[in-house]
Amino acid sequence: MSQVQAISGRGIPLVGDDIDTDRIIPARFLKCVTFDGLGAHAFEDDRAQLQGQHPFDQPQYQGAEVLVVNRNFGCGSSREHAPQAIAKWGIKALVGESFAEIFFGNCVAMGIPCVTATGDDVKALQGAIAANPQTAVTVDLNAMTATCGDVSVPVQMGAGPRQMFLSGSWDATGQLVAQTEQIRATAAKLPYVAWSQA
Amino acid sequence: MSRGTLFDKVWELHTVGTLASGQTQLFIGLHLIHEVTSPQAFAMLRDRQLKVLFPDRTVATVDHIVPTENQARPFVDPLAEEMMLELERNAKDNGIRFYNIGSGSQGIVHVIAPEQGLTQPGMTIACGDSHTSTHGAFGAIAFGIGTSQVRDVLASQTLALAKLKVRKVEVNGPLKPGVYAKDVILHIIRKLGVKGGVGYAYEFAGTTFEQMSMEERMTVCNMSIEGGARCGYVNPDTTTFEYLKGRDFSPKGDEWDKAVAWWTSLRSDADAEYDDVVVFDAAEIEPTVTWGITPGQGIGVSECIPAPDSLPEEDRAIAQEAYTYMDLAPGAAIAGTKVDVCFIGSCTNGRISDLREAAKVAKGRHVAEGIKAFVVPGSERVKQQAEAEGLDKIFEAAGFEWRNAGCSMCLAMNPDKLVGRQISASSSNRNFKGRQGSSSGRTLLMSPAMVAAAAVTGHVTDVRTLL
Repeated sequence: MSQVQAISGRGIPLVGDDIDTDRIIPARFLKCVTFDGLGAHAFEDDRAQLQGQHPFDQPQYQGAEVLVVNRNFGCGSSREHAPQAIAKWGIKALVGESFAEIFFGNCVAMGIPCVTATGDDVKALQGAIAANPQTAVTVDLNAMTATCGDVSVPVQMGAGPRQMFLSGSWDATGQLVAQTEQIRATAAKLPYVAWSQA
Repeated sequence: MSRGTLFDKVWELHTVGTLASGQTQLFIGLHLIHEVTSPQAFAMLRDRQLKVLFPDRTVATVDHIVPTENQARPFVDPLAEEMMLELERNAKDNGIRFYNIGSGSQGIVHVIAPEQGLTQPGMTIACGDSHTSTHGAFGAIAFGIGTSQVRDVLASQTLALAKLKVRKVEVNGPLKPGVYAKDVILHIIRKLGVKGGVGYAYEFAGTTFEQMSMEERMTVCNMSIEGGARCGYVNPDTTTFEYLKGRDFSPKGDEWDKAVAWWTSLRSDADAEYDDVVVFDAAEIEPTVTWGITPGQGIGVSECIPAPDSLPEEDRAIAQEAYTYMDLAPGAAIAGTKVDVCFIGSCTNGRISDLREAAKVAKGRHVAEGIKAFVVPGSERVKQQAEAEGLDKIFEAAGFEWRNAGCSMCLAMNPDKLVGRQISASSSNRNFKGRQGSSSGRTLLMSPAMVAAAAVTGHVTDVRTLL
C-alpha cells in the first residue's frame, strides 16, 4: 500500500457545521452494488438547492483536491458511500474542525487523511482558499501543518491513523488477515463463541 | 483513562494484538450485514481472493430497501432487486445465515439480532450501519462501520481500532407518565450535543435505565450515534438475562448458568474509573420533539422553538439554517405544528412495546383528515406478535396503514417517502435535510406515542393529554 505523507492540490472550502452523510450522498444513491459513479452525486440535493452556488459547482473549485470543512463533518449514517462520493469527485484529503468518528474511520480505510484544526484556523484556511482558489493547499502529515500560500496552520490527527498513513498501512486487511492464528486463539478464549454458534 | 468499566473488560477480552500503527486489532464476536453496505465489501474480497474467515459469526438480513407493501419478486424497483440478488448470492456463496423476506425472522438488522438472542452481553458487534449501537443495550460493545471495514471483518473477523474513552451518562429517577425512552435519549442529545460523544463510548447508568425494559434500553443505545458516540451500552442485569432466556441463540442448560456468571462479571466495577461523568434528573424530561435539522435540536413539547440568542454561540449558525429549512419561527410553540405524514417504525422505535404504546393512543380515535399515517413493524416477528395481540386491527380501525417489516421511511430507500415540503412526525432517529426521501421534506422526531398523538390530531400534540 502506498504511503500518504503529504497531499498537495487546490483547495475547496465547504462552510457549515454538522454536514451529515445524508447530505453528502442522499440515500437514493445508495441503491447500487458498486461505488462507481457516486462522485457525480456528491452533495446532490444541497447543490440543486443552491443552483450553481455550491462550492462543488463553482468553477473556481473544479479540480480541487483538498476539502476544508467545519465542525462535525460526516455525522450520521455510516455509509462509506459518503467519503467514496467525495473521493470520486476528486478529493484526496480533508481539513476540518472536527469529523464524525465513523466517517473518519472510513476515510482512513480508503487512504484519505482527515486532519483537524482549531475553528479559527479552519476559517482562516477557508478564507485563504476563497481569496486564492488557484493556490495549492498542502496537508503535510510529517510536519502536521496545512498550508495555503501565506496561511499555515497546525493540524492534528490521532497517532494510530497518522502512523498508518505515513507507513502506508492504512489498508489494514493484509495486516489483520496475517494474524489468523492469533485471531483463532482469541476467539477460543471467549466463552460465547462455543455456546452461540450462529 | 477509564479502568474497570464493562467497556474496558470487553475490549481487553477481544484484543488480538497491537498493530504496528499502535491501534488494537479487535475480535468481532458478531457481524451483521444487510444489502446496502455489504455488496462492495464482498466485491473487494473477491478482488483480493480472500474468503470469509468465520462465516458462522456473520448473519445477514435485508431491511433498507424492502418495500413494505408489495413484496413480490422481482421488486418493482430494479435497483432494489439487484441489491437483493447480490445479497442472496453473497450469503449463499459464503455460507452465511440469511434471514430473507418470508422466513418469519426477517426485519431490521437491529431488531432481529436481539429478538433471536444473537446479541448477548460481553460481545463485540459490528455492522455496516451506524445504529449498531442499539445492541449495547445488552452490555455488548457494538458499533457501526463502513464498507471497507465490513470487508475487514469478513476477511479476518477483526478490525483495526483505537480505544474509545468512556463517559458515564447517569439518569436517575422514574420517568413521568407519557415520557418514554425516546424522550430520554433526545433529552441527552439536546444537552450533550450531536458531537459531544465523539471519541467516547457512552455507559448509560442510573436508576432510570435500571428500571427500563430491554426494548427501552435499545431505543436509548440506538441513538448514541446521534449524540456522536459510536457506541453506548447498559450494564447487563436481571432484566437482560430474563429477556435472553429461551431465545433461539441464547445459551441453554448448564451453559446458561455459566453465561449468567460470565455476563455478571463483565459489569462495570463499583469503583470503575471513567473519563467523564454527567448526571441528569429524569424528572426534568418532558415528551421531546425535534424542531430542526439535527437530532440535538430538540425541545420539550410545551416549550417554544429557541431564539438564536438563547443558544450557545456555536449552535446559532445551524439554528439559522434550521429555521429556514423547517420554515419554523423562533419563539413559536412546537405544539400545534401541523404535520402531513406520521411514521411509526425504525430500529429506534419499531419493536412490539413501541407499537403497544402507539396503539394505546390510537385506540378509539381516528387519524385526522388529510394525514397519511402508517405503521411499519421492525421485524416479521414483531408483526406477527402485534397481529396476535390485535394491534393491527386497532391501527387499521384508526386509519393507519399496517405494513410489512423494514427500515421504510426512516431513510426512504424503499417506496415510502415524503413528497415535496411535507412534514412528518416520525419515531425514527434522524431529522437531517432530505432524510425521508424528499430533498425538501421535513422531519420532527418524537416517541411512537407522540407520533400517534400527532396522527389523530393532525399536529404536534402533548401525548399526556390523550392518555
